[in-house]
Amino acid sequence: MIEVKNIHKTFGENDVLNGISAAFKKGKNNLIIGGSGSGKTTLLKCIVGLHEPTKGNVFFDNQNFTDMSFEQRVPIRTHIGMLFQNSALFDSMTVEENIMFPLNLFTKRTHAEKLERANFCLERVNLAGKNALYPAELSGGMKKRVGIARAISMQPKYLFVDEPNSGLDPKTSILIDDLINDLTEEYQMTTVIVTHDMNSVMGIGDHIIFLHNGEKWWEGSNKEIAKTDNKELNEFVFASKFMQAAKAKL
Amino acid sequence: MFYSLGKYILLLRLSFRRPEKFSVYWAEVMREMVSIGIGSLGIIAIISLFIGAATTIQVAFQLSSPLVPLSIAGKIARDSTILEFSPTISALVLAGRVGSSIASQIGTMRVTEQIDALEIMGVNAPGYLISPKIIASMTMVPLLVITSITLGITGGYIACVVSGDITPADYLAGVRDGFDGLTIQVALVKAIVFGFLISSICAYQGFYTSGGALEVGQSSTKGVVYSCVMILFADLVITRIML
Repeated sequence: MIEVKNIHKTFGENDVLNGISAAFKKGKNNLIIGGSGSGKTTLLKCIVGLHEPTKGNVFFDNQNFTDMSFEQRVPIRTHIGMLFQNSALFDSMTVEENIMFPLNLFTKRTHAEKLERANFCLERVNLAGKNALYPAELSGGMKKRVGIARAISMQPKYLFVDEPNSGLDPKTSILIDDLINDLTEEYQMTTVIVTHDMNSVMGIGDHIIFLHNGEKWWEGSNKEIAKTDNKELNEFVFASKFMQAAKAKL
Repeated sequence: MFYSLGKYILLLRLSFRRPEKFSVYWAEVMREMVSIGIGSLGIIAIISLFIGAATTIQVAFQLSSPLVPLSIAGKIARDSTILEFSPTISALVLAGRVGSSIASQIGTMRVTEQIDALEIMGVNAPGYLISPKIIASMTMVPLLVITSITLGITGGYIACVVSGDITPADYLAGVRDGFDGLTIQVALVKAIVFGFLISSICAYQGFYTSGGALEVGQSSTKGVVYSCVMILFADLVITRIML
């Protein structure tokens, strides 16, 4: 489980996060949703240590991650997998080398064992046989899947996903959501997903946190979201006429 | 300025932390050596041959007096090539070729979140990205400078043969006359320092890029400009100290 307690983040005079506290549960898809500029990605970056919170603490299974030095964080980081918005695959490496990269650095496995693991991860994301391709030769959806394969190569306990559906067609988006959902259940990971895609919210949102102006405005599940009377959340979730019609049918 | 200097020094300190796995870093050093060394060989060879030839012809022209033996031209061309042209001009060209590549490569990795991906994995990103480049640069630039000196002097010889301004025998006699090994030491010290400056300054500019493609280009330009200025400054300081 991951807990954030009273997280504040300020850039210059701009308060981006104002005292956010939340717990992200193991084996669940924990979604952070909110409008543009609400602080979703900043919160995610504070959790994984890419930004240092101005105030507050992040706990990974009761270990205070915020107070740790770079070296102390390494053992926890080896249990973290992350899928970036633009996949962030290493351009100079092939798909196989990308997946084997963390294995090369942090494990003492033989080359054959690492290759076996890379092939397993590629099969898991339905990209078997694409080992020798470079990121430039992949489509957006394939890049996301390779990003997921790299993220799970070390069998992480925590999976972070930033905007998994951005730039993807609806069919591929659902495919990626299903893949994340299956992997979360299979490996019992604590998965934290930043998104503003309503299909993801309704489809895989086991636990949802809605941010508004850098504050936690609402918390619940996808089943509860339709029944909420929270004005800002309703405006965000049911912004489109399609969603309004869907809500009316519920 | 002091803020940037402090950030630069801190980045260098981070770059030389203990690697997570030596074998992975060693492979990176080798890859960078090939990229910097072999990749720059062609341009260094062309520049050195032409500069050596042009220097010899110009010195011969300036010393066209019956009172001065023509072999002096070979001696002056040799010392100019060893002390100044080969290390400094090569370093300026390498700042453009290697430096811009380092800054834009690291800058692109920054804006496409590849550096964030490294950090999330627990990799010391400055160490993995910058230290192999600095080590490779400090190793390969001296080797390129030695190659440049050899080709520069060869270029002078070819100029003598083709132009006939000095006889090749006079030129070779001048090249051999009063050779001082200190000049080679100065050239090598310059090369090592220039190698360090090019790679570290450009890596610094790339590492702290923020924004998008436009900023990557700006970082690359800044990296090349700052490293060229620092090369010329270091050239003066080393020359003053060692000669």
